[in-house]
Amino acid sequence: MSALLEVEALTRHFVIRRSPFGRPITTVKAVDGIDFSVQAGTTLALVGETGCGKSTVGRLILRLIEPMAGDIRFEGRRILEFNEKQLRAHRREAQIVFQDPYSSLNPRMTVEELIGEPLALHDIVPVYRRRDRVADLLNLVGLDVRHGQRYPHEFSGGQRQRIAIARALAVEPKLIVCDEPVSALDVSIRAQVLNLLAGLRKRLALTYIFISHDLSVIKHIADRVAVMYLGRIVETAPADELFANPRHPYTRALFSAIPVPQTHSRRQRQLLEGDVPSPISPPTGCHLHPRCTHAVERCRIERPALVSDQNGHSTACHRWGELPAMIGLAEQEPPAPRLERLMAKFTRKSDVRAANSADTL
Amino acid sequence: MTSLIEIQNLKVTFRGDRGRTTHAVETISFDLARGATLGLVGESGCGKSVTALAIMGLLPKWSADVSGHVGFEGKNLLDLTDAAMRDLRGDRVAMIFQEPMTSLNPAYTIGEQIIETLVRHRGLTRAQARSRAIELLRDVRIPSPEQRVDEYPHKLSGGMRQRAMVAIALACDPQLLIADEPTTALDVTIQAQVLDLMRSLKRKTNAAIVLISHDLGVIAEICDEVAVMYAGEIVEHAPVATLFKAPQHPYTIGLLASIPRLDRRVETLATIEGSLPDMSVIPQGCRFAPRCPFMSEVCVSRPPPVVDVGARHWSRCAKTPLEIQA
Repeated sequence: MSALLEVEALTRHFVIRRSPFGRPITTVKAVDGIDFSVQAGTTLALVGETGCGKSTVGRLILRLIEPMAGDIRFEGRRILEFNEKQLRAHRREAQIVFQDPYSSLNPRMTVEELIGEPLALHDIVPVYRRRDRVADLLNLVGLDVRHGQRYPHEFSGGQRQRIAIARALAVEPKLIVCDEPVSALDVSIRAQVLNLLAGLRKRLALTYIFISHDLSVIKHIADRVAVMYLGRIVETAPADELFANPRHPYTRALFSAIPVPQTHSRRQRQLLEGDVPSPISPPTGCHLHPRCTHAVERCRIERPALVSDQNGHSTACHRWGELPAMIGLAEQEPPAPRLERLMAKFTRKSDVRAANSADTL
Repeated sequence: MTSLIEIQNLKVTFRGDRGRTTHAVETISFDLARGATLGLVGESGCGKSVTALAIMGLLPKWSADVSGHVGFEGKNLLDLTDAAMRDLRGDRVAMIFQEPMTSLNPAYTIGEQIIETLVRHRGLTRAQARSRAIELLRDVRIPSPEQRVDEYPHKLSGGMRQRAMVAIALACDPQLLIADEPTTALDVTIQAQVLDLMRSLKRKTNAAIVLISHDLGVIAEICDEVAVMYAGEIVEHAPVATLFKAPQHPYTIGLLASIPRLDRRVETLATIEGSLPDMSVIPQGCRFAPRCPFMSEVCVSRPPPVVDVGARHWSRCAKTPLEIQA
């Protein structure tokens, strides 16, 4: 397996206030030197709370925002050295789906125009075949061909997100950055879109960078997870390993804060004190130290490095080796047999549909 | 158990343009005892917020027809005059809204907004009200409340603003507190803090709470009973443990099935196919029938019966008790 995307020491600060002479006075360190790589055909999830920089990372990878330092290699090519023409070609290989399908689709274009636009821009399909291609794409995301003549406002949130996905798929990309693609959707619709994304990944051999704050969604879709806090990755590991054995105090707090739909949960709680500090003047040393119960003097002074073990589980914490293991933070009781049988009724129906739509490809 | 609030057959219809009517909620009935917490759960458009606003008397009179019975302290709140309702709101009945940034007044300090309530309802002097406001901010665990009391909402973080909202709602020790998605706008670690706070306040104040949420996880954390709403109706009502262990209504089961689980990974998530029915025409049969995998002839021909399954547990489904053989 080869890395499709490698990111090294990626950094982006935003200047939010300048002196009259244009010298920066206040800067936000949105992304503060992060490294990761994504294997082709897998899903890397970036998880964290508001303001941790996860969306900025997504935009940096696509060069929608320019990084200040660091290196991004896509299939071994340094995309930061691309000129305009090369960058345009790169856009065919990496696409993005945004969170809010209400503001990411132009309300004055029909669905057919919306999906046809990338085809025209990249001159992928000859004009006379464009309509067929749009129809194929609509089918692919589970929409009807007749929907092509309608406008975005005629669709529900879930359907709009399908349109946004079809638009991203139009250029046959290798990588899709999904920036909170299901956060604005209701539970039952969320499941439909997640199934669609998972199905497409399998059929089209896609690679995803999946940005989300919802850990149960991440557990479902990710192969590997990177937890971010204030512009840095604090822990990264294969998804199952991370959920079974979280090491970083922040990851643990995040896991124990997930509300699980069951009562009398026996989970251990580890609440963090206080709010997330402002990224304008983040704490020194380890960013978490003012909220961390395990913090010692060293945490206040020295930034912990992201150190990997032989299983690819990396943790940026000076003290993780000394902390007691916490298991079962993300534990959930299995449903009773009766409930399991009844719930299965909802799965089978959609399985059948998914199989059917694969035939129409 | 004597109930503090008793709602019977609450119905809200909106009059729209060109004679269009929307049947937002219908046949809503529940009762709630002092100190108990009821969760109202459902997806967008199911009518949970409309139910809350109807109880609070906050729906616009010119477009909403509200009927039924909202019994509170021996009175029907729907019969009260606007003036009487204003005396009640913020005093014995209070509400917490979802978005603290839009529901707090940006032009007044946090303290001012708490003082306003105390002066209006309790007749305190401004000085008394101010020291009470500081106490309240301390109760909701806002650090250095003596300084925060003079700050404007924009200076506070999202979590702090929501705490300030809670402080305003609790200012007059309400007997009934309606919280409409109180943690939805918050990050998960901050949500955990606010839920923790609500749990401790619940013990301390003995108020009855109606918690509205789309998140079954949040409901499981703090509610005693749950009412699941679908297309303007309560489809299942149960004690919280029963709802998660042995739900009866197909919609509840579908909701539970479509949440990704933390304990295992499945190839395909369960989904509820289809979409919400058009609320301008009342369907003849069960509103969930078109999306229901258990649907049969009887479901579409007449409205589903309300069937009791156990203590304070009922389901609005003709197939109750729902069971399939292994």
